[in-house]
This record gives sequence, structure tokens and C-alpha cells, in this order.
Amino acid sequence: MASKGKALVGVLSLQGDFREHIEKLESLGAQTLDVRRASDLAGIDALILPGGESTAVAIIESSHAAHGIFDEIRSMGESGLPIWGTCMGSILLAKNIEGSKQGRIGLMDITVRRNAFGPQRFSAETPLQIPALGALPFPGVFIRAPILTAVGEGVEVLGRVEQGTVMAREKNLLATVFHPEVVDDARVHEYFLSMIQF
Amino acid sequence: MMNKTPSTNGHSTNGAEPKRGTLLVKRAFPQMLKGGVIMDVVNAEQAKIAEDAGACAVMALERVPADIRADGGVARMSDPELILQIINSVSIPVMAKARIGHFVEAQILQALGVDCIDESEVLTMADEENHIDKHKFEIPFVCGARNLGEALRRIAEGAAMIRTKGEAGTGDVVEAVRHARSIFGEIRRLQSMSTDERYTAAKNLQAPYDLVNEVAETGKLPVVNFAAGGLATPADAALLMQLGVDGVFVGSGIFKSGDPAKRAAAIVKATTYYNDPAVLAEVSRGLGEPMVGRTVSSLAEMELLAGRGI
Repeated sequence: MASKGKALVGVLSLQGDFREHIEKLESLGAQTLDVRRASDLAGIDALILPGGESTAVAIIESSHAAHGIFDEIRSMGESGLPIWGTCMGSILLAKNIEGSKQGRIGLMDITVRRNAFGPQRFSAETPLQIPALGALPFPGVFIRAPILTAVGEGVEVLGRVEQGTVMAREKNLLATVFHPEVVDDARVHEYFLSMIQF
Repeated sequence: MMNKTPSTNGHSTNGAEPKRGTLLVKRAFPQMLKGGVIMDVVNAEQAKIAEDAGACAVMALERVPADIRADGGVARMSDPELILQIINSVSIPVMAKARIGHFVEAQILQALGVDCIDESEVLTMADEENHIDKHKFEIPFVCGARNLGEALRRIAEGAAMIRTKGEAGTGDVVEAVRHARSIFGEIRRLQSMSTDERYTAAKNLQAPYDLVNEVAETGKLPVVNFAAGGLATPADAALLMQLGVDGVFVGSGIFKSGDPAKRAAAIVKATTYYNDPAVLAEVSRGLGEPMVGRTVSSLAEMELLAGRGI
């Protein structure tokens, strides 16, 4: 366990834009760790599930080297580990994925629709009003993004667009369907780091 | 179906209009593919095999490069019918190839709903002087490069992703290695230069000064950089990853091998665990016959693809 003020944040590094998260976290003074095996999870104070392809990551996770990562994350999440999923990460966190039986961590009481906006041509940047981050709109970058079509009773909706929820929190779990790791605004990362209890 | 464009695309909130096709949005797409394997496929069945093996995207083309070499003739964009079948068969992103300079093939691919266009030297060139003005498109492009100058010229034209050219369809990784080493070596040289030397460096690289200056400051390309061209084994993928690329394309190497599904899955794992020889040893075992391959040094000058579109 890291000392106060210097959290050790793991970033799931099987595939996706994990490097962008790591650079952002380090710019905020956090220590980071690439997570590629279940044994890498020991001792982390928080975990980020990055953007990427959820089917690819679920298949890699089922391989010998990565075996058991999802089970271990689920167990640590149930014990209160702060976990944040961006885009793909929100799919891995969701208990329900519309029309799919793909592998998942399945911790958060949300229903997610993959690729809700269509092909890349309909990907977009959109300023988002997220009161938890302050009055200034947050630059939302949506890349073949999913959307949360339903959230359970214990889930707080932090941001919405017409089609559904784009940011939500359930106790120690945070989901964003956009990519705060690719913009010059660290407020969501700061928000997540503030969820870590020492 | 894909032409039903809602005016706000559903992103809008509190009157703020979503902006599509911006540089940020186009460059962010390949960022999500990093650490992954993009596989060449010629039909929906192969696309499904690729997805089930853990590909992070598929590349639709009418013939894999090894067959383009063997068959000869003019190589063009795939039949849109095949591309739509591939799009409808998988949930992962679908890329497709257009000929260098053939902006109408690119317009068609964008209208079909592909996620990214590869302006590719593997197809026959449509314009020997000019590449496509990629800024005019809403979807990102990936382009091949043999060195830093080529990479920066493509980025200036709007490419949102770079890959090494390698020598496609050979199963010989030597050119991909040469191109990756060239790009990273030239970046390191730029970083060691004083600022007044960067102007001449830009002249020598035949690349815009602003991009040269940016690379000298950051030590990396401003876009994602994959390896491609001749990769055929898990070890090839891990070699290029250790050299510093962000991910890999595998073309003929998978579907020209004895057991495509097994080899594809092994290359995916090798790309994640590229720094872990024990995993590489395990996934490399018993993969069946690799593609036969041709050494690049045995090819005649006119058979080389990498010199197209520099």
C-alpha cells in the first residue's frame, strides 16, 4: 500500500490506450503499475480499465498468462477497491451488456449498449455538463462509444446526453463512456483519485 | 442504413453541438487499438475467426498481399458487398484499403461505414504524384511509411495513424524491422539536435517544419504507429513491439498459414506479453505450418511494394 498522497494506481494493460491513462496519472503525482497478470493486482490502491476493444480484452483475459484477472478484480471491487472504466472499461464493469455474452468483470449495476452511436464516422467530441466536476463543461471524446441505457437504484448518474448516461458512479465504481485520458483536462482523473481512501 | 444521420447524433447536451471528424476524434480512434493486432480478412468468415482470436480490428481487402503478388493484375478496393458482409459479421472496427491517391474509393468506403481507411501501397497506385487529401474525410486514415520523412508527409496530409510498410505478402519481417528502426532512429536524432538544426532537418526529411519541431520536442510521432508488412509469427509481432511500435498488422501471415485460428490467437497474446519470453515460448508452440514466404532479397525490383507512394 502506498503512503498517503502517493496512490499506486494499476491500469489494466492487456490492450487499449493504457499508456495515456498512465501518463495522465503520473502528471497528477500518482504512482502507476501496468496490470497484465492477476498477481500484478496485489498492493494497488485503485484500478483503471482503459479504452480498447472489449471482445479482444475478454479473449486475452481467458488465456493462460492473464487467467484469473477478471475474477481477482471482481473480488477486490466487492471489497471496495476504487475501479474506473473508460469506454471499453465501462463495458467490462457492467453487469449487463445488451445482446452479448462476452466475458466481463460484471461488478456495476448498469446496462451498457456497445457502439451505441454507430461507426467511427459518428464518433464526436461534445462538451459535457458534469456538475460533479464543476461548472466548466468537460471535453467529452466519444470513440465508437457505448452508452449506459439503464442504471440500478444505487447508481448515481453524473452526466447524460440525449441517448443515455455517459458518466455514473456506484460507491467505489466509476464508469465513463468517453475518454478523459485523451484530452488536456485532468478533472475526471482527479475525481477518481479523490475516491481513494487511505 | 448507415446514411440515417441524426442531426445531433444524440451526443448533444445543453445545446452544445457534437463535432465529428475532428483531428482529435480521428487520432483518438487508433489510440484505442494500441497493444492490439489488426488482421487482414477477405470475407465475413475470416473476419469472425479474427474477432474470436482477439483481433482489435480487421482490414477488409479483396485478396491478401501474398495472393496479390502471386496473381498479379490490378489490385483495387474490395467489392462493397463483401465489405458490408464483414461489417455486419463482427462487432470490432472494420478498416478497408483504398488505392494511393484514389479519393473516390475512399469516399465510397466512408459512405459504406468503415471505421478507418488504409491508403495502401499493397494495392495498385491510382496516382503516382499525389496522396489523398485526408483532411477532407470524417473518418481516420492509416498510411504506410518507410522512414520519418514519409511518416510526417502522410501526417501532414491528414493521416491519423502510421504503420511501417514492411514488404507485404512475403512473410519476411526484415523490411518492417528496417522501417521501424529507421523511424525511431530518426526521431532520436532529432531529439539530440539543437533547435537551429531542426530547419535543415526538416529540409532533409522533406517534411513540414512544424511537425519536425513537434517530434523533436515530444520524442514521438503525433499519431499512433503500428508495424505492418511481412509479420508471420508471434515472435515477429513481439520483436516489433519491443522495437517500440504501438501494435501490429498481420496480413497474409494468418490466413496463409496451416492453422489460422490458432496462429491468430497466438499473435494476439504475443502482442500483449511481448516482453515476457516464457509466454512467447508457450504461445509459439505447435502452431502448424507458417506461411511459406519469400525472402525480400529474392524479389525483383518491380515486385517490391514499399517504394510505392513515398
